[in-house]
Amino acid sequence: MKYLDEFRDPTLVPALRDQIKALASGLPPTTLMEVCGTHTMAIARYGIRELLPHGVRLVSGPGCPVCVTPTDYVDHALALAELPGTVIATFGDMVRVPGSRGTLAAAQGAGARVRVVFSSLDALREAQAHPELQVVFLGIGFETTTPTVAATLRAARDAGTANFSVLCAHKTVPPALEFLASSGKARLDALLCPPHVSAIIGTRPYQSLADRGIPCVVAGFEPLDILLSIRMLLQQRAEKHARVENEYSRVVTVEGNRRARTLVDEMFEPCDASWRGFGVLPGSGLRLREEYASFDAARRFPVEIPPAREPAGCRCGEILMGLINPSDCPLFGATCTPEDPVGACMVSSEGTCAAHYRYGARP
Amino acid sequence: MCVGIPMKLTEIRGDVGLVEEAGVSREIGLALLEGPRVGDYVIVHAGYAIQLLNPEEAKETLNLLRQAGILPADPAGEGDDRPGDRGRGPGAGP
Repeated sequence: MKYLDEFRDPTLVPALRDQIKALASGLPPTTLMEVCGTHTMAIARYGIRELLPHGVRLVSGPGCPVCVTPTDYVDHALALAELPGTVIATFGDMVRVPGSRGTLAAAQGAGARVRVVFSSLDALREAQAHPELQVVFLGIGFETTTPTVAATLRAARDAGTANFSVLCAHKTVPPALEFLASSGKARLDALLCPPHVSAIIGTRPYQSLADRGIPCVVAGFEPLDILLSIRMLLQQRAEKHARVENEYSRVVTVEGNRRARTLVDEMFEPCDASWRGFGVLPGSGLRLREEYASFDAARRFPVEIPPAREPAGCRCGEILMGLINPSDCPLFGATCTPEDPVGACMVSSEGTCAAHYRYGARP
Repeated sequence: MCVGIPMKLTEIRGDVGLVEEAGVSREIGLALLEGPRVGDYVIVHAGYAIQLLNPEEAKETLNLLRQAGILPADPAGEGDDRPGDRGRGPGAGP
């Protein structure tokens, strides 16, 4: 496939590996963090950790929007699923995330209408094809996904579709990065910046991290992108000159996608949001503006949601902060497996625990 | 979830387009792009094109990677990797 295969050329790997090793030998131990679920998976799938010298540690941060969505959101979706004539349309990962009392998949088994979609546009089309039903789309995702939902909402508004709404849990990444950098909890020596979030937001939002002395490189998804970006991060460390660099320049520009951001801004406004493992991060979430209240499932369909129950022993929160590895969690591989997950980090196709389990990655 | 793959835009019908890659053809939303043209490569995510792929930049990155494949490491940061510096420093390749 064009523009993918070239960046997977294995003949270029040994030189990059050796250059990383040489750079690392002159540096104190370095912890690199990635904050993108697709990076988590690519790193595990291609065995990137096995290529790194022992002085370079690669941890996963809060890069998986499904994983950072708190239990009470699932409970809210489950409560909506029980309303008569309601269809819950969602990205596939959400259906097996455990709420306090089960999953959407289980609710579907018990008769609820739950439909997996690849795009919010599919959910809108479902609503348009079935005016007798209420379609509620689960709006999860960071800056890559939110514009797609905004575009769909605009299409719904323009078409006058009245039976479509969104249960919004969209979040933004920079506040989480700020929290990680300033909390002193997570070890964050350098950052692999998320590629497609950056395609939307551009590279400027990471400058504040570079100003704190944290090297930042926007890294593409393919193994060569990741290795080159790691080399660039270590080079910045060696030069003691933290800045924002862009390895994924074939897609990411300094400006990002202004049209997408403007559309999001038209329909959504910042709000406080709860992140699994982090607690509430001020201004890190998005909610629909008052003018679009009719598209907000939370405002439109008030339901009772009993207090959330977190699964006992689950350490997803610490995983998401990059504080522990999946194998440090007593449930990992024992009571928490992809077939029978306890926490979101194992359920999501891009969850850290799912990646480690699937690819047997070295912790 | 952020996965987005580069696909070639083969048709534009207002706010909707057709993309194709590796024999797969899909309809996607174009509302997030300004002035896409047939023949452009776009990044497709969640049913929409979210950004254009820049072929010149892709070439530059590949060149950088290929240079990395032939040049030795320069951990002291003495200089940028430059073609023609082969043979300087340890581990110089063939």
